[in-house]
Amino acid sequence: MDLNYTDSEQAFQAEIREFMAAKLPQRLADKTRDHKRLTKSDMEEWHSILNEAGYLTGHWPEQFGGKGWNAIERTIFDEEMTAANGPRLVPFGLNMLAPVLMAFGSPEQQSHYLPRIANGDDWWCQGYSEPGAGSDLASLKMSAERDGDHYILNGQKTWTTLGQHANMIFCLVRTSKEGKQQEGISFILVDMDTPGVEVRPIILLEGTHEVNEVWFTDVRVPAENLVGEENKGWTYAKYLLVHERSGIAGVGAALSGLEHLKHIAKDQMKDGKPLLDDPFFASRLAEIEVDLSAMRTSNLRVTQAADDGAPPGPETSMLKIKGTEIRQSINDLTRRALGPYAMPFVSEALDAGYNEEPIGPDYANPIAVDYFNHRKTSIYGGSNEVQRNIISKMMMGL
Amino acid sequence: MDFNHTDDRRMLADMAGRFVREQYPMESRHEAAKSDDGFSRETWSQMAGLGLIGALFSEDAGGFGGAGFDIAVVFEELGKGLVTEPFLANLLAGTALTYGNETQKTVLENVISGESLLAFAHSEPASRYDLAHVETTAKTSGDGYVLNGNKAVVISGDTANYLVVSAVTEGNEQNEEHISLFLVPANSDGIHVRSYPTVDGYRAAEIALKDVAVSADALIGAEGQGLSIIHDVIARGTLAVSAEALGAIEIAIDMTLDYLKTRKQFGVPIGKFQALQHRMADMMTEREQIRSAVINASGNLNTPERDWNISALKNLIGRSGRMIAEESIQMHGGIAMTWEYAVGHFAKRIIMIDHMFGDVDHHMEQIIKLGRAA
Repeated sequence: MDLNYTDSEQAFQAEIREFMAAKLPQRLADKTRDHKRLTKSDMEEWHSILNEAGYLTGHWPEQFGGKGWNAIERTIFDEEMTAANGPRLVPFGLNMLAPVLMAFGSPEQQSHYLPRIANGDDWWCQGYSEPGAGSDLASLKMSAERDGDHYILNGQKTWTTLGQHANMIFCLVRTSKEGKQQEGISFILVDMDTPGVEVRPIILLEGTHEVNEVWFTDVRVPAENLVGEENKGWTYAKYLLVHERSGIAGVGAALSGLEHLKHIAKDQMKDGKPLLDDPFFASRLAEIEVDLSAMRTSNLRVTQAADDGAPPGPETSMLKIKGTEIRQSINDLTRRALGPYAMPFVSEALDAGYNEEPIGPDYANPIAVDYFNHRKTSIYGGSNEVQRNIISKMMMGL
Repeated sequence: MDFNHTDDRRMLADMAGRFVREQYPMESRHEAAKSDDGFSRETWSQMAGLGLIGALFSEDAGGFGGAGFDIAVVFEELGKGLVTEPFLANLLAGTALTYGNETQKTVLENVISGESLLAFAHSEPASRYDLAHVETTAKTSGDGYVLNGNKAVVISGDTANYLVVSAVTEGNEQNEEHISLFLVPANSDGIHVRSYPTVDGYRAAEIALKDVAVSADALIGAEGQGLSIIHDVIARGTLAVSAEALGAIEIAIDMTLDYLKTRKQFGVPIGKFQALQHRMADMMTEREQIRSAVINASGNLNTPERDWNISALKNLIGRSGRMIAEESIQMHGGIAMTWEYAVGHFAKRIIMIDHMFGDVDHHMEQIIKLGRAA
């Protein structure tokens, strides 16, 4: 055991830190720090800057154009990027579809789609959940019927994050109603410009447009867009979910959220002293720090074991639960740190170009909205209840 | 002991409940919340006509209620509809006017009839939840005063005709012995109101007072005696928002229970899963704890136990109310994250009430300071 970074890991950390200092545009860092809304072109710009340096796909294996980073390097990159207020990466192509294509896609799919993900030619979104298939994902109904060298898709997907920006969607579809539900599911890639695809916005409880419904009416998709084998999609779907979950611990986001919380608690005064010095507040903060410090190591243990050849398994469910709970407790304490100034909310102030004086402290406006928005994290990617079922079943045999 | 409301009060609750249920649909609530006023003046005068404002004040003050239980039953029903009409602001400032002179009491009568609107401009940018923190000054000038200072997050401060403003009347420093309250027309020279929405769909304002001249009879009660009035005002306001949270909690729980019975996953209603059943049972238990705390605080509004019971109630709202709000969203899943589905709006209100008149930790601290006298 050695909890210190090796010389080469330290060098890597210094390299990433320097890169962030030199190449992360101040405008994007400011927006991220202040929780302003990032536009599509903001996100594309940041991806492109990282891609130019090879960092965007640093975690991809070298055979697919990556740098083959190990777990420690991935963690260092994630922490350094969030510490520098780099915008969060859009994961759908980069971290969700790409591993599936690498493991199960045809050589043609790999050579066509992977470079396009890296270069930002395609913006992917995820077609998993349906109105009747949330936690019970395997009950999904959207159909794909074979018609010569095409599939014809009919049905509806929902909770499609940033689908309004996407030109491509990967979907789980039903290709068979025989046997077990899980055995009739296929994984297919759909160009969203195909006739019959319609994206409708869902407005979230804080008034933001982040997710969508995607409707499919007689959408003709070439059969070569099927990933792997027909009716084997559930295997690929689970593989993707496990990958989604290992990033879902969100250590970097938690660390930067905690820093922001401390910054606010130093600025907010209570009885003439910084809130940070208030024993009630300090004990709540300390509890989060204890949890986060342990979770950070749990995350490294799990991801490193995966590097050593153990496929990521139900341990990632623990990371998902703990990671989301910790970030939610940071959001909760941050809203409380603000006192009455958590209440005002001026939506336009989150857009670029808003120049009016802030109401209350300049950091206040997005905090309560973030708290509400982040309630989603214990619901998406397999709700935390589903994660507990996975732990009970897979790890404990219950 | 008798845990039944009087007939009159039950009728009041029924009437308020029916109005909210039948004439306050969520779509028109959102519509009104988006308007310039943030509420419907027509609805406000209908509610005034039903006596819902009068129920908040005693007969001496021109109302026909004013007991803790009156406030609690009205606000519980308001919470069930997320009513944005300015009941809270008028309860707060109106309570202050019950300490006022005859002219000021006439203003309160106009409030009860629905003609005038008030707001309570007390908290300040740096006061957080400290009721004695007042930096706004009132300097004597001729036979009146001149007010200077800034007021923060004044609930319904943008639509009020009159503001009740707290200020220190001696020296420039905050000093709780010298806090006084003034009734000031909102259109007075030197008052600047910056209005904005709150995250849960209500309205508030930042109010700057610059050399605002008021006459001597603008003073409410005696000079330097404002803080005890403020304590009464905030005790009633805290009871009101807590009862409102109870109403919102009841709806959030009803919606969640209904969803558990109808939403099917894995071939069965999700309410068949024990993991959810037990959590639902905990939510119901906490709801009844909160109901009991509302009763305790209502019954002690005029006893020496007032502050302890108010803080106990608000601490419970911050603690169990948060649990219920978060669990209502979680047990629904994604649908509760949408604007279109109402449960998220109830959750927002419950959580934002934690930021009014002291949050869970503030009231825990008060409870520790007060000890238990009984």
